[in-house]
Amino acid sequence: MLDRLREPWSDQRAERTLGALASLVLVLIALMIIFVAIRAWPSFQHNGLGWFTGRGDIDEQIGRQVNGGANPTAADYRIGAWPLIWGTILTTGLAVGIGLCFSVLAAIFIVEFSPGGLRRVIVPVVRLLAAVPSVIYGLIGILVLVPFVNNHLVSEGRKESVQYVINLSGTGLLVSVVILTVMITPIMIAIIVDALYAVPRGWKEGAVALGVNRWRAMWTVSVRAARPAIIAGAVLACARALGEAIMLSMVSGSKGFAPNPADGITFIFEPLRPLASTIVEDAESLNAPAVQATVYSFALLLLFSAFTMSFCAWLAKQPMKKYGIRV
Amino acid sequence: MAVTPSAEPLRPLRPPRKRRVNESLRTWRWTDRIAFVLCWASGLSLCLIAAAIVVYMAVKGLQFLSFDVIFSRPLPSADQQGSGGFWDAIVGTVLLTIIGIAIATPIAVATAIWVVEYGRPSWLARAVESGIEIVAGTPDIVIAIFGLALFQQGIFAPLSFTAQGGAVFGRSFLTAGAMMSLIALPMVFGATREGLQSVPAHVREASYGLGKTKIATIRRVLLPSVKPNISTGAALGMGRIAGDTAIVVVLLGATLRIDPEGSVPGVGLLRGTGGTLTSYVYNNSPAGEGNAPQKAYAAAFVLLLVVIALNFAVDAIAKRGAKTGLESTRLGA
Amino acid sequence: MIEETEQTEETTPVTDDAPLAPMGPGLPPPVRRIVVDAPPTVAHATAVNHGVRSAKEQAAGPVRMTLEALSVFYGTKQAVKEVSLPIRQGEVLALIGPSGCGKTTLLRTLNRLTELTATARREGTIALDEQDIDQLEVTELRRRVAMVFQQPNPFPMSIFDNVAYALREQAMKRPGKSVVEPLVVDALQRAGLYDEVRDDLDRPALRLSGGQQQRLCIARAIATRPEVLLMDEPCSALDPRSTAVIEALIGDLRRDLAIVIVTHNLQQAYRVGDHVAFMYLGDLVEYGPTEQVFGEPRAQRTRDYIGGAFG
Repeated sequence: MLDRLREPWSDQRAERTLGALASLVLVLIALMIIFVAIRAWPSFQHNGLGWFTGRGDIDEQIGRQVNGGANPTAADYRIGAWPLIWGTILTTGLAVGIGLCFSVLAAIFIVEFSPGGLRRVIVPVVRLLAAVPSVIYGLIGILVLVPFVNNHLVSEGRKESVQYVINLSGTGLLVSVVILTVMITPIMIAIIVDALYAVPRGWKEGAVALGVNRWRAMWTVSVRAARPAIIAGAVLACARALGEAIMLSMVSGSKGFAPNPADGITFIFEPLRPLASTIVEDAESLNAPAVQATVYSFALLLLFSAFTMSFCAWLAKQPMKKYGIRV
Repeated sequence: MAVTPSAEPLRPLRPPRKRRVNESLRTWRWTDRIAFVLCWASGLSLCLIAAAIVVYMAVKGLQFLSFDVIFSRPLPSADQQGSGGFWDAIVGTVLLTIIGIAIATPIAVATAIWVVEYGRPSWLARAVESGIEIVAGTPDIVIAIFGLALFQQGIFAPLSFTAQGGAVFGRSFLTAGAMMSLIALPMVFGATREGLQSVPAHVREASYGLGKTKIATIRRVLLPSVKPNISTGAALGMGRIAGDTAIVVVLLGATLRIDPEGSVPGVGLLRGTGGTLTSYVYNNSPAGEGNAPQKAYAAAFVLLLVVIALNFAVDAIAKRGAKTGLESTRLGA
Repeated sequence: MIEETEQTEETTPVTDDAPLAPMGPGLPPPVRRIVVDAPPTVAHATAVNHGVRSAKEQAAGPVRMTLEALSVFYGTKQAVKEVSLPIRQGEVLALIGPSGCGKTTLLRTLNRLTELTATARREGTIALDEQDIDQLEVTELRRRVAMVFQQPNPFPMSIFDNVAYALREQAMKRPGKSVVEPLVVDALQRAGLYDEVRDDLDRPALRLSGGQQQRLCIARAIATRPEVLLMDEPCSALDPRSTAVIEALIGDLRRDLAIVIVTHNLQQAYRVGDHVAFMYLGDLVEYGPTEQVFGEPRAQRTRDYIGGAFG
């Protein structure tokens, strides 16, 4: 048999082997969906659509599930994930929104307005920042920003006013959004800068030759042509923000509390906990079936969101093909 | 007026001083002026933040870094205040990276070759490409959880520790490495595919013209020429593996010391649990129990150096030989 | 390899009998050795039959732009050496010369497009309507001096948006569609494209053919009624039919505008140009009315070039 392996392979055999290896990816994705869904099913079964609503203190619910041990009752499965979902929506939405505006403006600055020497330095630095592990951002956040917010921005009076409900200690929405924004911006800037440089010179020259000022030429022609890349960058950043578990578990306050915009300024200091961080923190107690079902149900929701976002990005790019923008 | 005699050919050619381009903001709309100011503000704050991060990490890291801390093993207890370093964490990072990239590279290269060179039926090729994109977009925590579910099945028992009651632990270097390969897969795939697509058609045609089969062409002609691209992708993938924390925490146990499992020396190490630099930093920050921020800074600095080194490797390889689509368009333009 | 040409012993077709049409009738010109760096010489004027030229003589209008001792440097290399030219309304100035002679650089200097290149420097004055263009805002200048490029470069938008682009973006306040639409239709009519696209102006511009795209670019350039139109080899990427259409268009457009066209196609310069400027390695070798430059070129180098001795 070894001899048969050693003789030169025919193209057909090679094609089939390589095709099988390539399909491995699809098999893995299918397995991923199946495994996560199977383990998540009990949680949805017991909660129905109420799973998505807020049903009380979620930390208490999870704690009960951990204590429920190996034989949970039906009541133990009860969970209302809304505080976590709201936390995820808040952090991801705010970070991507602010980050996108900032990235587009900074990318335009780098390509158009910055002096040559600065440009040569800032582009490699941005690429480097995009590769920095998230735990380092978390470290800086928890050792620098959190004490700063705790000591200088949150007054004692504010802490006292809410002390019976939550504990304001610097960790919370503000630090989370700031660090998450700083974390996802370099990727977006790198992608948008590459796309702006790749806009055909003819379009840029044509716009300038029509007597349009530099900003207008950049905005109406280059940025317009780079829209697919901007969308791709936003989706990439959104995916990274959604899945960010470790860094946010360090700086978000780790409390299953749904920050309430009606609270005024206190809103930005309130602690929260996104879905991904909850998964990471409860990963040790995965032996209890109720906890397992809950955690996997969070994972299933995250998976579903990732798929939906890729699909929406693909959808968003389709109309642009009509006018000749390269997607 | 008809004929202007040219100047004497040997006039000293000193280029004139650059005149100021007069484009003031006077004629701009007010929205444009606001945008201009915002662009400058964003750009400058970007520079400031980037400088702050780099400088701060350098200062704090060097402050707490010492030979002792790198090369000694961590204390057996959870509290890391005393002496002891993070050598185990470094070993863990290296081991995990090697396992991850060793699994990812063959699969990614094979997939890229199939997609670019064969790709029949075409719906399958498109599905595979979308699949890789989906994997790239999946949060690493979900991949970790999936890995746990997968490797806690009975058939994977040899990969990790099995408890008394028959429950497979599912956490070991092997299982974590396998999932890390999923993280690195899209990068190696993307780089290889780009390299293969920018090999000009005449190279392949020359090989076919000599009578070689497609697979022989791939092995002897195409693969060697995209080696720099594969290396670039592998370096990028390694950077991503080295920086990942969630999979380590879930699938490696995130212990402070490496804990081999079983009596066979090499295999025991692979089946055992351990930690990496990332989980060490996490454990030693105020969010974990280690309570030693100085060690956390030191470990973070080492981690940063590893990532920077890998990024430089990517740039160096790319400069030396990696073909990208950009070059072929530049040549043709 | 380089020798002095001996003028007295020319055995060339430049005799009293042979017509000096741009291409000799069936006879390839004899091989001549060219002196590259010698100063240009002025040939003796000889009476020669005119070639066929049917363009109607038109009284040229006022001088719109003047170049005085214009020099352009890219770093230390001098691309244009002290050129002085007038550009008049109502006529087409054709810039001819072999590749690398600086004609495109000269053209791009006229609307200060060379400033996009970091290493470009300029000396000498260019005046638009008696006003130094350096005193003008560069956006203002580019609105009065429009340009059409060699490769058609319509933006990735609809036809209407392309032509309306300048109208919308140049104004201080974005004009509404009712204001813009008649101007767009007018520009498309003057560019000779309206009849072909009138049924759907929202079609993507990149779906047009090459010739149509170039006419769209011309429409875009003239939509805001500039004073001078610069054309950088506009037909070099097009097929002969589109070329003919655009050359007819140039003849129509020159009534209202001053047109400067760079071309390396001598026949096109002959057909389209009213005045011709021949450049060689950055020098302006000869300038004059088309008949005179093609019929009785005064410089030997012009004669060589037009005779096809080098290209």
